[in-house]
Amino acid sequence: MLSRTADHLFWMARYTERAENTARMLDVNVQTALLPQSEDAARQAWRAMLGISELQQAYDRKHESVTQRDVIEFMVCDPSNPSSIIACLTEARENARAVRGTLTTEVWEVQNQTYLDLRRRLHGGQLRADPSQFFEWVKYRSHLSRGVTLGTMLHDEAVHFMRLGTFLERADNTARILDVKFHGTPEGTDARRDFYHWAALLRSVSAFEIYRKVYRDVITPARVAELLMLRADMPRSLLACLDEVVENLREVRNDVSSETERLAGQLHAELRFGRIDDILARGLHDTLTQFLQRIYELGNRVSRDFLVPLAA
Amino acid sequence: MSADGRVRPHYREFAQWLAQQTPDAIERKRAEADLAFRRVGITFAVYGDNAGTERLIPFDMIPRIIPADEWSLLQRGLEQRVRALNMFIDDIYHEQHIIRAGVVPAEQIYRNAQYRPEMQGIRVASDIYAHIAGIDIVRAGAGEFYVLEDNLRVPSGVSYMLEDRKMMMRLYPELFASHKVAPVEHYPDLLLDNLRSVAPVGVIDPTVVVMTPGMYNSAYFEHAFLAQQMGVELVEGKDLFVNNNAVWMRTTRGPKRVDVIYRRLDDDFLDPLAFRADSALGVPGLLSVYRAGRVTLANAIGTGVADDKSIYPYVPAIIRFYLSEEPVLNNVPTYQCRHAKELDYTLANLAQLVVKEVHGAGGYGMLVGPASSAREIEDFRARLLARPDGYIAQPTLALSNCPTFVENGVAPRHIDLRPFVLSGKTISMVPGGLTRVALREGSLVVNSSQGGGTKDTWVLEQ
Repeated sequence: MLSRTADHLFWMARYTERAENTARMLDVNVQTALLPQSEDAARQAWRAMLGISELQQAYDRKHESVTQRDVIEFMVCDPSNPSSIIACLTEARENARAVRGTLTTEVWEVQNQTYLDLRRRLHGGQLRADPSQFFEWVKYRSHLSRGVTLGTMLHDEAVHFMRLGTFLERADNTARILDVKFHGTPEGTDARRDFYHWAALLRSVSAFEIYRKVYRDVITPARVAELLMLRADMPRSLLACLDEVVENLREVRNDVSSETERLAGQLHAELRFGRIDDILARGLHDTLTQFLQRIYELGNRVSRDFLVPLAA
Repeated sequence: MSADGRVRPHYREFAQWLAQQTPDAIERKRAEADLAFRRVGITFAVYGDNAGTERLIPFDMIPRIIPADEWSLLQRGLEQRVRALNMFIDDIYHEQHIIRAGVVPAEQIYRNAQYRPEMQGIRVASDIYAHIAGIDIVRAGAGEFYVLEDNLRVPSGVSYMLEDRKMMMRLYPELFASHKVAPVEHYPDLLLDNLRSVAPVGVIDPTVVVMTPGMYNSAYFEHAFLAQQMGVELVEGKDLFVNNNAVWMRTTRGPKRVDVIYRRLDDDFLDPLAFRADSALGVPGLLSVYRAGRVTLANAIGTGVADDKSIYPYVPAIIRFYLSEEPVLNNVPTYQCRHAKELDYTLANLAQLVVKEVHGAGGYGMLVGPASSAREIEDFRARLLARPDGYIAQPTLALSNCPTFVENGVAPRHIDLRPFVLSGKTISMVPGGLTRVALREGSLVVNSSQGGGTKDTWVLEQ
């Protein structure tokens, strides 16, 4: 497969996943904002939202204060914010368009339709009228995009590079959410507030019901961390993402990619055989910060090994 | 319709069906078609519009129907014409018998901007130059076809031919049950087969690619479509490089040798070392590999020498010269303004004539006399007098009509037909082609960049 084609596929999948993750986080914040809380706490929550995506500075340059409406607008429909949902889905579609001949008709049509509908929805004011419905729609389109890929594409290099994009992006996102939520853990012993805090985190990665099913017990921070980091059967956990990264890397292996495979394998093994007690003892924030750096490095290495055309 | 106003026999069944359709039902289908085209993204970019603007080409739901006997005549004429044109280009770049015989004046070759001296004496695989030709044709009366233009460089539109058919079959399956419409869907198969057949000598299992200027090109949809339908890579210049006297593409598993390039960009942009130095679309060194016969370009470099409007008037003579046959298809009578007498005639009859720039394309730079104001005509007169050898003129009588949906129902609109003729070891084509329709009343310009539309073309089987 052409390096350029692989590059477009990788980023198409990454941007689609990024849009989904942004929608998930925004949705949970909107839900949480419906609960009784102080204005200060609400502002705090929206600021954390910006922090997860490293967007505080860009936001502050455009807005004087942090309000729900402004943050949502900034993260959904501000084209100058490269992480906004509109920017991500536009990029995803442009990448798809560049390689539309490599995609099945169904995959291309899903990307194209998402882009066309997105503009219609934003134009029609759905975001203000019913933000949750809008976020549901973004998530649904992302599910559809992954599903139609697996359901219609030949499982060859094209799919492997898309999966690499999806799971590197997802690993990055899950780690960020965990880090921010742990960082911002409310002090004190307000059990009720704790519950909503952790429940929101779990919901943002569709893990609330899964938590109940796995632990059949009250929600504790350590278990939340374990579920989202070390459970192979939890689809948005770091381990599940690394499972996919390692497997898809193996499928596209070339003459120069062994070091990348080794690094991915090492990170994978640490999660596969890690224990949450050890991680917490060492410090969750440090572990996650390091994890994010290593994921970033893996993304760069994938680009270098496969995607950026090398000179003759 | 025939001249006496009756429905021609091969339209009779369709006309009966059409009479039973309510305007509402038609309108619903039309909306459905628009939506589907938009979703599939069958759009084209418009030059001069805001970058990235995508438009739908209007699709007309009344098919153009061609009876079997007319098609077999057309097919015979197309084969003959394309065979002769290939021999002509080969001759021009080698012995030049036709110039020495005085059939085509040497100045028409050497002063032709599309003539490529780099091609002189170069052998191309199977001596084929115009691997894919799009010949624009109008019908004047029963069995009477005129060639308007030979497109031998990078003719577009075949994807619309295929998508229009798909759309018609989806919207009106019942029509295909009642008409025996010859299929066209195997075109990509024929094309791939044709491209493989012209691989460089000694290559057993050639790697074919489609080369595009990129996604902002107006025909990008078609490039991607053809690559996908043939199952080959769609490459841009930056995906290719020249090394060790061969062309390679950059893949995730390292360089892969490329043997046949169906290139959809003009000569000028192919190789910055040989042609335009500022072109970032091409591949440095491509020409040297090509000249060594180690890669095939389809179409060949320099084919434009034969599809120029200044060569067009000579094509009947070219056919007689190489094939010793009478042309099956007519040329539209053409006045070459570089001849004083023909210029005089043109100037005296501007209001009745179509005047075209010799090197123009896309329906730009032309005068359609009957549809022009006195001022436009005077403006063109000045241009003609200033540079007579830059223009040809033709009578307008030759464009045929076809019933077409317009705002107020069904009305006749001018159409032309572009069949796609493939040349390799043999000459092949699918029955039909792209029918373009001038949607504005009285307009003769069918180019999509000028607001023209398309319709499905049905060749009926006996």
